[in-house]
Amino acid sequence: MKRLACLASIYPELEDCAVVTIMGAVAAELYSLGHRANFFYLEHAMGLASSIGLGIALAQPHRKVVVIDGDGSVLMNLGGLTTLARSNPGNLVHIIFDNETLLSVGGGAPGGYRWFTTATATGTDLAGVAKAAGIERAQTVRELDEFKAAALAAIKHDRLTCIVAKVEAEMPTSFLMDVHMLENRFEFPRALQRPIGERIKGGA
Amino acid sequence: MPVSLANSKVVYDALKGAGVRLVSALPETWLVHLVRMADEDAEMILVRLAKEEEGVGISAGAHFGGVRSAMLMQNHGFLQSVNGIVGVSLLYKVPLLMLVTDRGGFGERDPWQTEGGKYTRPVLDALHIAHEDLTRPEQVAPGVDKAMALAQSSLSPVALLLGRDLMWEEVA
Repeated sequence: MKRLACLASIYPELEDCAVVTIMGAVAAELYSLGHRANFFYLEHAMGLASSIGLGIALAQPHRKVVVIDGDGSVLMNLGGLTTLARSNPGNLVHIIFDNETLLSVGGGAPGGYRWFTTATATGTDLAGVAKAAGIERAQTVRELDEFKAAALAAIKHDRLTCIVAKVEAEMPTSFLMDVHMLENRFEFPRALQRPIGERIKGGA
Repeated sequence: MPVSLANSKVVYDALKGAGVRLVSALPETWLVHLVRMADEDAEMILVRLAKEEEGVGISAGAHFGGVRSAMLMQNHGFLQSVNGIVGVSLLYKVPLLMLVTDRGGFGERDPWQTEGGKYTRPVLDALHIAHEDLTRPEQVAPGVDKAMALAQSSLSPVALLLGRDLMWEEVA
């Protein structure tokens, strides 16, 4: 399964959501589908995307928050899963793309050679970890149809959900993102502080 | 318990007065009353953290969502949060109000607190984070107000160090 296809399958449903992604491939691929002001790309601080998502979810209980995380980042903040579980925000969807590699920080190479795998490559089951942390709705998906169905259901319903999507460790076609971090940082809260349903225009 | 209930209330009221509606915390002895006050207040969202760095992300998210927040932690909690402070608050220019109980200074009897206390100010200074000591109750409300004002205007982290004379009542 490819990350980009997964992202494309839910992209139209992200229009009214607050979307927080991690750095690297996930950010670049979501951006490549069409940047929107309600997308925030966390370019550093690995592990904290879900914490930022939690802060938004608690501040705006009527806004759906979609965190698009990765195995390497989540493994840096496993405790955050327990904080999510006990805070239990019904408006948060935690998608974790698991490519079993620290791809975007240099753990992957062209041609698919993976020289720095994460612990999910040797058996760590992040959906199992999430479930054991107390997130009841946590599952692993391996097929695109399965991902799309699970993610769209989670966006529609009001239950904290964690979806671990097993994807290929593939570099994005391009890492180009023509939106400055600070531009993104300031447009994001402006988009979030508009009434839900009011059309959020992409770009600046 | 010789943690000052009266002064904890002064700090809590000051946070509310500064518009704080979300508090993330990990307990330590001096924070017990403050955390309980946040827990018992229906107007306050209390997030119990597993590790302090998460609070930096949560506060950033709350700011993006239009809610003022504060982090309650101890010296080691601040030291634990440094990567998040650099990678979120400083890099992305996000206001962050940190209340740090300042263990390990004069009067400290717990040997395990003595190192963390020594490095808190030098690390704050290294990060160019404005900080002030609160040691008397009358300093608290204006101190919290001014710290919040600077955090919001400078889009930066700021720290208030809650001192022993404020938080602890020695048993005679």
